[in-house]
Amino acid sequence: MLSSAEKELIVEIWTKMTPVAEEIGSEALLRMFTTFPKTKTYFSHLNISANSEHLRSHGKKIVEALAEGAKNISTLTTTLAPLSRFHAYQLRIHPTNFKLFNHCILVTLACRMGDDFTPVTHAAIDKFLSAFSAVLAEKFR
Amino acid sequence: MVAWTAEERAFIQDIFSKLNYEEAGPKALQRALIVYPWTQRYFGSFGNLYNADAIINNPKVAAHGTVVLHGLDRAMKNMDDIKNTYAELSVLHSEKLHVDPDNFRLLADCLTIVIASTMGAAFTADMQAAWQKFLAVVVSALQRQYH
Repeated sequence: MLSSAEKELIVEIWTKMTPVAEEIGSEALLRMFTTFPKTKTYFSHLNISANSEHLRSHGKKIVEALAEGAKNISTLTTTLAPLSRFHAYQLRIHPTNFKLFNHCILVTLACRMGDDFTPVTHAAIDKFLSAFSAVLAEKFR
Repeated sequence: MVAWTAEERAFIQDIFSKLNYEEAGPKALQRALIVYPWTQRYFGSFGNLYNADAIINNPKVAAHGTVVLHGLDRAMKNMDDIKNTYAELSVLHSEKLHVDPDNFRLLADCLTIVIASTMGAAFTADMQAAWQKFLAVVVSALQRQYH
């Protein structure tokens, strides 16, 4: 459950992240591939080495989708419907992987924001990412 | 037996050498109690955990956070036998404290985030991977004596 203060905080943070979507997204992905190598199994068709074109464009896409979700928190299911279908019927990612990626987004934000990534901010973003992932996994079965 | 590369050992020593135990420990525990409020169930005797500010200013939480980090220090000093180093701690957490071991991972994640926010860009993806491997071994050792 997100309070209205948390919703505002989430919009604020993701608005700040949009101009650096490529950096944040690709860093989070790289952290995930390095810390949890099994996640690479979903990307055998791409070059996901550090700083590769694919890593940067894919990271950018993900963060932009998160920013879009942040602006439409009360209508996540409708906003994310196409992405939801895509993840369910085409990508078919094992749902535990969403948590791994979410964790790496949090680590990336912590590295960049330092002390500004307070426990309250961390909680709000974690809740948002969990809600977002839940919608992405909604149509899995 | 866990296999550690020379690089992984170096990363982990490096992280610990930069850690202020009296700061990182409390911050990690406070964060776990705030971000994952159900973990508060184990700290009924700690007094006021009513909101984020109360948790951050609670001296018992801070003291306990430091204890946890000193415990991790023992694992770091015995990296080739964390399993046996933690045998008693594991029994304590299961038989006496009755902690759901899934919560160990949450505290570990919070500590990782505290380290990330302190080290910034110096906490590279490779360092994170080594660090999380270390924490996974610690968590696994803590879970071993649960029956």
